[in-house]
Amino acid sequence: MEYVIELKDLTKRFGNITAVDKLSIKVPSGKIFALLGPNGSGKSTTIRMICGIIKPTSGHGTVLGFDIVKESEKIKKSIGYMSQKFSLYEDLTVKENMDFYSSIYGLDKKEKVKREKIIIDMMELHNRENQIVGTLSGGWKQRLALGCALLHNPKFIILDEPTSGVDPVSRRLFWNTIKKLTSEGLSVLVTTHYMEEAQESDFVAFMFNGHLLTFGTPSEIIRENNSNNLEDVFIKYVNEHGGMDKL
Amino acid sequence: MSISRLFAIIKKEFIQIKRDKPSLVISIVMPLAMLFLFGYAVSTEVDHIPMAVFDQSKTQESRDFINAYRNSLYFNPDYYVDNIDELNNLIDTGKVKAGLIIPPDFSQYKNKMTNVLLKIDGSDPTTARTALSSGIMVAQYFSNKNTEKELAKKGMHIPNIGIDLSTKVEYNPDLNTLTFTIPGLLGLVMQNITIILTAFALVREKEKGTMEQLIVTPIKSVELMIGKLIPYILIGYTDFLMVLALSIYWFRVPVNGSISLLLLLGFDFIICALAIGMLISTAAKTQTQAMQGAFMVLLPTIILSGFIFPREQMPSVIRAISDVIPLTYFLDILRGIIIKGISANILLNQIIIMTSMGFALLLIAVLRFRKRLD
Repeated sequence: MEYVIELKDLTKRFGNITAVDKLSIKVPSGKIFALLGPNGSGKSTTIRMICGIIKPTSGHGTVLGFDIVKESEKIKKSIGYMSQKFSLYEDLTVKENMDFYSSIYGLDKKEKVKREKIIIDMMELHNRENQIVGTLSGGWKQRLALGCALLHNPKFIILDEPTSGVDPVSRRLFWNTIKKLTSEGLSVLVTTHYMEEAQESDFVAFMFNGHLLTFGTPSEIIRENNSNNLEDVFIKYVNEHGGMDKL
Repeated sequence: MSISRLFAIIKKEFIQIKRDKPSLVISIVMPLAMLFLFGYAVSTEVDHIPMAVFDQSKTQESRDFINAYRNSLYFNPDYYVDNIDELNNLIDTGKVKAGLIIPPDFSQYKNKMTNVLLKIDGSDPTTARTALSSGIMVAQYFSNKNTEKELAKKGMHIPNIGIDLSTKVEYNPDLNTLTFTIPGLLGLVMQNITIILTAFALVREKEKGTMEQLIVTPIKSVELMIGKLIPYILIGYTDFLMVLALSIYWFRVPVNGSISLLLLLGFDFIICALAIGMLISTAAKTQTQAMQGAFMVLLPTIILSGFIFPREQMPSVIRAISDVIPLTYFLDILRGIIIKGISANILLNQIIIMTSMGFALLLIAVLRFRKRLD
């Protein structure tokens, strides 16, 4: 089986604090992988190491077969990233943002025209190309952000709480798009606080206090824990490992 | 480094400047406003000082004396009063800055020593100093002419001995304030605009959160830095050229030295300003903080660089501070080339210090900037 993420004993310390402790995981390609955990559990640090923005203190890992320390440039070229906070240029138009990111990812003129058209069709951004992004509503901004993250046709996309603060309809549309792309071979890593979203993922991992507590398909995890749903599992884990007061 | 990525950043930056009103105002309106404010409002030349006259003599002699004051062009003796209270009142209310009190027996001055009083409002030292020195000069000249005439009547004349001081004022023979202020303004405008815009632009990406998206792209920190700085080098330099053109063609301040040297060193100075702007941006989290930081840096440079107040008169501690301000050296260079028309080898000291400061500041700024990105 081919793996999009392979981490072995990945550790990151900031001074005395261990943000991620000996994380080992293998995530198959072409699947939706949801990384769950309360705030401060080490999710963001893990994502930052996977993106090649920060270097691990020890351990190693590969993303799309590239070493996360030595080949971070190659990783950055082949992945897409969408952060929880909207971080495109609000004072630029939809088209100008797309042009900018196409150039940043080194698309040539022909590719740029082709990819931009595909993205506009996919995200249904017709007639909004010349609108200043700051005047778009939340749902449209989110579509544009996903579109820009997909411009360079990445094989792997990382979505950091992509649906926080988005209305249910937009969230539904968003997940449909993600699922469609996965069926075409895209690998997805998503962090979320919505358990119904985690339920729809192919694989789920729980992180707590820098440790990986479990990894598997949602149905496996629910069965192993004799629970009814992921939310119960989530709360059970938190209670077992120090309780709510540790949050 | 990728040229196409660099161009993408430059293009994006220009679109943002175009859509951001404050940036537009700073880059276009501010240089013009500063040029015309300093060009017209700030003038230390004092003449036509309003003067009151209490003429108790009312003779041809006293009228000649008053006319001597008018003809000097330093005084406008337009207020005639009948008593001393009225004269004092005019000085109190600020209608006049000087008062001339001529005694009843003034016409006797041809035969005996006669005392005349010139009262001066000393609250504004600049005006008072001019009134004092030119007031004394007018009376002395008037008195000397009379002595000569009286001696001539008696068949005598003043022996042609003593010291005859000839003066020659170099570079700015008319002692025109504009000729001195405008070249300095070139440096000040360029400095302020480059520092403020650079600090703003670099902080904006951090404040708006757009940096978060950029760091996961293949963009390199050096590309981002250069791409973001080039637009501000261009704007700062364009403003420099605009102010230079206006000072030559509008204010008629000619460049006596080499224009190409001026243009080259102008570029040199932009590097200094750019580095200062970058340093401010590395310390600020928001555009508001960047603005405050910029003003904290700009105010001392305006006061201490020698733009308004001569550095020679500053106490040694203050002067030491002014020694580490790049603008200080650029002002010497600007005035040297524009007013004095001197060449690079005379300005070598200033050029070397300014250039080294520029590179040192840039190095620190780049290191701090990169550290923040990683």
